[in-house]
This record gives sequence, structure tokens and C-alpha cells, in this order.
Amino acid sequence: MKAAVVTFPGSNCDRDLAVAFAAAGFDVTRVWHKESGLPAGLDVVGLPGGFSFGDHLRCGAIAARAPIMAAVAGFARSGGHVLGICNGFQVLCEAGLLPGALMRNAGLRFVCRPERLVVATADSPFTHPWAAGTQVDIPVAHHDGNYRADADTLARLRDEDRIAFRYAGNPNGSADDIAGVLSENRRVLGMMPHPERAADARLGGTDGAVVFRALAAALATV
Amino acid sequence: MSEPDTPARAHAAPPEPEITDALIAEHGLTPEEYARILRLLNRPPSFTELGIFSAMWNEHCSYKSSRKWLRTLHTTGPQVICGPGENAGVVDIGDGPDGAKLAVVFKMESHNHPSFIEPTQGAATGVGGILRDVFTMGARPIAAMNALSFGRPEHPRTPHLLRGVVEGIGGYGNCFGVPNVGGELRFHESYDGNCLVNAFAAGIARADAIFYSAASGVGMPVVYLGAKTGRDGVGGATMASAEFGEGTEEKRPTVQVGDPFTEKRLLEACLELMETGAVISIQDMGAAGLTCSAVEMGDKGGLGIRLDLDRVPCREAGMSAYEMMLSESQERMLMVLRPEREAEARAIFDKWDLDFAVVGETIPEDRFLILHQGRTMADLPLRALSGEAPEYDRPWVETPAPAPLPDLPDLPPLSALTTLITSPNHAHKGWVWEQYDTQVGADTLRTPGQGAGIVRVHGTDKALAFTADVTPRYVRANPRMGGRQAMAEAYRNLCAVGAQPLAATDNLNFGNPEKPEIMGQLVGAIEGIGEAARALDMPIVSGNVSLYNETDGHAILPTPTIGAVGLLAHLDDVIPAAPGAGMVALLIGAPGTHLGQSALVLEAWGIEGGDAPDVDLGQEARHGAFVRDNRALIGAATDLSDGGLALAAFEMAAAGGVGVTLETATMTELFGEDQARYLVACSFDQAEALMVAGHAAGVPVSHVGRFGGDTVSLGGDSAPLADLVALWRGALAARFA
Repeated sequence: MKAAVVTFPGSNCDRDLAVAFAAAGFDVTRVWHKESGLPAGLDVVGLPGGFSFGDHLRCGAIAARAPIMAAVAGFARSGGHVLGICNGFQVLCEAGLLPGALMRNAGLRFVCRPERLVVATADSPFTHPWAAGTQVDIPVAHHDGNYRADADTLARLRDEDRIAFRYAGNPNGSADDIAGVLSENRRVLGMMPHPERAADARLGGTDGAVVFRALAAALATV
Repeated sequence: MSEPDTPARAHAAPPEPEITDALIAEHGLTPEEYARILRLLNRPPSFTELGIFSAMWNEHCSYKSSRKWLRTLHTTGPQVICGPGENAGVVDIGDGPDGAKLAVVFKMESHNHPSFIEPTQGAATGVGGILRDVFTMGARPIAAMNALSFGRPEHPRTPHLLRGVVEGIGGYGNCFGVPNVGGELRFHESYDGNCLVNAFAAGIARADAIFYSAASGVGMPVVYLGAKTGRDGVGGATMASAEFGEGTEEKRPTVQVGDPFTEKRLLEACLELMETGAVISIQDMGAAGLTCSAVEMGDKGGLGIRLDLDRVPCREAGMSAYEMMLSESQERMLMVLRPEREAEARAIFDKWDLDFAVVGETIPEDRFLILHQGRTMADLPLRALSGEAPEYDRPWVETPAPAPLPDLPDLPPLSALTTLITSPNHAHKGWVWEQYDTQVGADTLRTPGQGAGIVRVHGTDKALAFTADVTPRYVRANPRMGGRQAMAEAYRNLCAVGAQPLAATDNLNFGNPEKPEIMGQLVGAIEGIGEAARALDMPIVSGNVSLYNETDGHAILPTPTIGAVGLLAHLDDVIPAAPGAGMVALLIGAPGTHLGQSALVLEAWGIEGGDAPDVDLGQEARHGAFVRDNRALIGAATDLSDGGLALAAFEMAAAGGVGVTLETATMTELFGEDQARYLVACSFDQAEALMVAGHAAGVPVSHVGRFGGDTVSLGGDSAPLADLVALWRGALAARFA
């Protein structure tokens, strides 16, 4: 299985994401944002955390218009899997591949801490090993993780079971405690918490590794 | 490039100002120092030249008051690859994943004056500067810490400074992508008018790929890299070498503005370029920017430097030579490059959208030649700028013995503990750390708040432990013991997590060295630090001195912050922080006796009396080795410092989520701050074995209580752990959030 991890200028979790993909059995290729195409035979694209383009303008706004993103959008529309974490989630929203937007945290401060999440759906390639309602521990680290969408969009996300994770204790003011959402075809996941930081028992937890292993298992049976 | 013969002041348009006594004084130069310049040049300096001398000869860059004493420090050892004098210290940490030898590169540096004037940008650029010092040497930063000292919490300025500094540190480090793994936060009225921001960074490099600042080869291109030069920070290093008083607010424009996004790209571009082998030498532009970095490269390489300022990438039009030479714009580097590799180097900087400009070349003669618009703006003997910098043997006096500790009123042990854990100095600091990214890099094994921070060396089974320590009230009472104690506490914090202490960096923050009593504090503290460095085999490999930390004549507490690094040869060597229910509490070291200058007497009664605790360095070394050697018998450990046994036991209990019972009710045993001590938690069988081992090694090991249940009980006086933890965790946020 092949994964590509995109690096934008200012990405700083790109290596961490590549390590987590590799630990779940993926061959990982690193892709520079100025490239216009993705490697052939790819199974998943990862958009990492960090501060792409220094969070200038709006978080993820400039990265969403980088040359590589046209290829990522094409890949997603043709049924490819995409995982955007933290800044990667912001990029996916700015690129229109996921609905909604990530605003400044309600407390107006950066928040980095372990966070308890509730798995909101098991119906996705990223969450299928869990039962809906399972509580998992995956840390957050962001300044702009306050998920916002209009009422119709939120209702649609709920109706279509596209909320992947909710916060057990909301750290940032997100609407409906949303920590991660899925695309219509359920193959694009954006989430603010960092599963790649909870993928090693020595770092304090392995719940995050489930996301990567789940994807590997789902791809193996596609 | 044409070379006009003399500094062309007369032809300059606009003309440079005349050199007057007032202008000399504004540049922080004394009449004697100016006379020295006249002797060196045999002519009056131009305005630009005066600025260059001022930048090179101020306290911040020249260490003129401290150099004599810094030379006495212990700085060598088999583990030391590079000691003081470069951008950061370099220490061997053994083999990496591919068999190549690895090194840790680290340093701590202050950004006190800028942070007091403009807390967010001052602190941010402090973080940026120390990160640059580390990656300039070819190391990828893997850990950061910050030691912060503020005035009284109730002082009107303190909340603004604290919030701003924390925001600045987080804003810069989080975006750059380095995990914050520890530090210190204290409040004391002596910092009311002069906060301290000491930033530490450490990185990992291959030991055979360390980059130094010494230029080599004549006619080599001098390349400017990174962000453009603006007028920010002009005169910053001179500002940082003066006391504060009325009018400090007007100095805001001398504070630089940080851009962590540019710094992150600069990091990646520099490391990528270093991989190609194109770099001969490199120096970051920190204090006194282009001046200091160019002189450093030339001086160390025994070469001269010619700079053509017309080629310097500028942010604003019409900048003068003086401004360009003294600008402290951030995120800039100077490099000497192999000429045949220029195109390759330029391509890497283009990739990262950073400026790359050849701005000069190395020349054979001892000359610092600055050209601008076809005119020679400075023509100075280069070596003299650093080599001939003044050095002072300032008069100093021994610090008198402190007043004895008065008789203390009675206080029930739990009331005493509650006073400590709800004081801003000893409350839980989560409100601060949660604003820092502590896990980026996905190698952080221990986040802040549990003794030393621990970061895995990526791709290996090794880890490094980091700690920052000093107890300023000890240093004021007894500078030599206080200096020893800062080192000893750092040593203990490393041993308590199972690490072998490797080396340290010192960040010496003091008042005005022209006052003999302040100079006496500096001399005493350096003596104590030096003794400890030798006895504990923890050489000082880098450091920074910040003097003139005074406002309206009031000096800060002497604050020689020690940043130290230890090695865990295997991840399994880490001693946990959290005890389990049913574990026995053992004290390593003698029962407490000493309440002089303790946290308890200060927080409970506002008393700063008595002598600092005695630091027996032989005992520190023995007890530290005992903990490390017996790590397999230890379930959890912490060192004893502020607040003694009681505070250590409470913090361990909180970490483990289990109650604790200490049998003694004696105040000295509970809250005494005697040194060379650890509290460890063990299973019953381990405890017996550890006591036997202690007996054999001549190290006192005694049973002091047990972990378990859900209360904290001190000599029979008890309260629910959950209630105390809530008080402890909420105290800082309640005041500042």
C-alpha cells in the first residue's frame, strides 16, 4: 500500500505523519507542494499538521491553492482516500474537499493537551475497528480548531453520519463538539486531534495508531 | 566593486552625523573606550564605524565585565565536542541508527530587556534566536525550554507581561515546530521592573557534520540568507546593555519582530544546503546582526571581510550603512560558501522562497571593509573589534552573611502545604504549558511538569533529558552556594529520570556589574557553578550573560539559570514519574533540617532570611549515581528542592493519582530544603533491596511513608487528594487566565 505525505512550507508534522503511516505498513512517499502530480498507484494522501504558509491570511487558505492541491482534489474525486490532520484538516476545508471552517479557539489561546474523543461513527475506513461511542485518547495542539458550519451543513453531517469524532470535553468551542468530519463518500477524513502523536505506547498511547491500521485494513479489502 | 581610499564622510548624502561626546555616550561607550578607539584607528571613527564599535564592545556582545570570571569555568571533558565560544555547545551522545556518531547541540540565552519592553515579540525573538544558534551548527532542534521570572503576581504589569511572553514563546515555537519540554516560572518583587526570559534549545546533529563560524579561504563568497533587512532592532544590543528607567517605553522600536514561518523555512533550507557540502562556515545574525556575524566569521578564520551593502536584501528603501550594519532583523544568516557550488545553493533557497545574495567576500588582510553606494563607510582592523574589546576587572565585595532565620510561628503541616500549592510560584503550571506544543516531532516521552522533560533521539532507542533550574533567593543569600545549588538541582532532575548528566549551559542574569555588591554576586555564583561543574562532571559548554537587569536602581535577584542535558542510553532506562498505589515512599539522603531561604518561609510568612542550604557536591554525586545505578529498583522518583519532602510527595501523588502518607509531622523534615535528596516510590520488595543497597553504598535510605488511598496525610493531618489537586491546578489560571 502506498501513502503520500504532502509538505507545504511551514508543515511541521509531516515527518511524524510519515512515520505513523510507515508503522501501519504503508510505503510512504514525501511530496513537495510545488509538484503538480501525485505518484502513480497511490492509496492515500496525508495532509500533515503545522503552520502551512505561516497561517498567513487564514489557516490553510494559501496551501489549499498550492499546485499539488489540484492533484489531491482530483485524487479525492476519483475515490482516493485522504487524511488531513490539524492544519491538514484546515487545508481540506479551505480546498472545499470537506465542509465547514476552523475558526480561532473559543479561549483565544493555543491548546496542547491529551484529549478524550468519542468515536461518532464506525462507518468509515478510518474508524471501523471501533464501535460508535467508544472513548479514545488522542492529543490536540492547535490555535484554530473551532469547527464551524451553517445549521444546514451541521444537520446534513449528522443525518449522513459524517461526524467521525467528537470531543468528550470541548477544548475549542467547536459546533456540536466536532473533532473530525468525513466527506460524502466517507474516504476523506479531516480531524484536529493528532493520531500520529498517539501511535506509540512510549509516547503515552496507541489509540491514534488504530486510525492508520484501520485504513490499511480497509484498503487491503477494497 | 571599486574601493575608495578613505571613509568618505564628507561626500556622503545625506551626511553622517558629526561624532560628539553626546553621540558617543548615546552609543553606550565611555570616554575611556572612545579613547581606545582613537588609539586603534589613529583617527576619529565615522558614524558607521562608531556604531560598529558600539555593537561589538557593549556588554551583551563583548562580555567585558564577566569574561575574566567565565574563563575560570570548567568547560571540558571527554564528552565535549565543542565548548563555549561557538553558537552553541556540542556534546557526544554516542552512535546513531546508522552507526554514525551523534551529538546534542544546545544553549540557553536571555531576551530580558526586549521582553520587558514588548513581551510578545521580545519573547518570540528570544526563542527564534536560540533556535537559530542551534541549527546554525547543523543540528535539527528537538527540544525547547524557557525559564521565566516575573514580578509580584499582583503588580499591575505582571499579568500583561506573563500573558504576552507565553503567547510569544508559544506563537514562535509552535509554528517553528519544536516541542517545549520544560522550564521554570517564578514570581518575585525584584522582577517587578525587569522580567527575565531565558530560552533554551537543543538539537541533534551528526558529530562529523557540525558547522562552525570560522571562515576559511581567501576570495570566498560571503552569502546573505533568509529574511530581508529592515530598521527593526537597530541598537538592540546596546539597549540590552543598559539599565531601565524613565523613557524605556520609547525603546520599543529597538525590539525586533519575529517570523517563525521564515525561520522554519530557513531551518529546512540551511540543513538541506549543509547536506550538499557547499557550506564552509555559517553564522546566524543575532545581536548586532550583520556586524557581529561578519566579524565573528573573519576573526575566527584569521581573515578580513569586505561587504558591499548595495547587495544586501532590504525591506525598506533608503537604509543607511549604519542601519544595515546594526539592524537586528530576524531570521537571517551569513555563510561562506564554496564558490563552485553557488548555483546549487541558490536553487535550494529559491525552493524555500528565501533571499540569497552574495554580499561580499573574504580578503587576506586584517580588515573589515564596508562599501555602500560606491563609498567606503567603514574601514576597520577586524581583529581589533573583538580582540581589542575592553575587558574589566570590576571591583567586587563578598556578599555579607544573611540575617539569621527568626523563630517561626506554628503552622499545621497541611495548611503549610496548601499555602505552597496555591502560591503562584508552586502552583501547577499547566495554564502555561498547554499554550506550548509539547509533542510536535512525536518523540516527546515526558512533557513538562514531571521533573526533567525527555525526548527520544529520533529513530533510535536513546533519549535525552532536559532541565532548567536556579533558586535565586539562595544565590542572593549566598552566591557561591546558590551557584552550586543551581547546578546540583539540574543534576538531580536528570538523575531522577534515570539519565546520565552530560553537560550544562549557563544563563547568568544579574544587576549592574559596576556596583561592587552585584559584581560580588556574579563572582560568587560563577565560582559555585564552576565547582559544581567539575565535581558533578557537568561541564559548561555554552552560555550567555545578561547584566544591568535593574530598573531605577533596583536589581533583580541574582538568577544564574542552568540548563542541563542528560543521556538515557536506552528508553527502558527512564524512571517513571508516577507512583502506584501500595508503593513505599523512601527518602534518599538525610532527613530535612534546613528552613533558611526555603519556599515555605517565603510563601507562608514573607520571610527571606537565613542562609542558603549547604551543597555538598561529593554527596550530590554519590546520591545521583546511587539513583541511576539502582533505577531497576525504583518505581518512580523525583528530586527534593523547593518545598522539600512534603511538596515532592504531593506532586508525585498528583502525578500518580494516588494518595500519600508521610509519617513525620516535623516542619523541618517536611519542608526543609537540604540538598542531595530524592523521594522514590518502590514496591515492598524493591524497598528492602534499595535499603540494603543504600547501606552498602553509604547512602542514607529511609522509609518515610507510603502511596495509596485518596488522601494526603502529613503526620496525621490529612485532606482529600482531589481537593488539593484542584486547588493546585486552578491557582495560576484563576489569577491570569
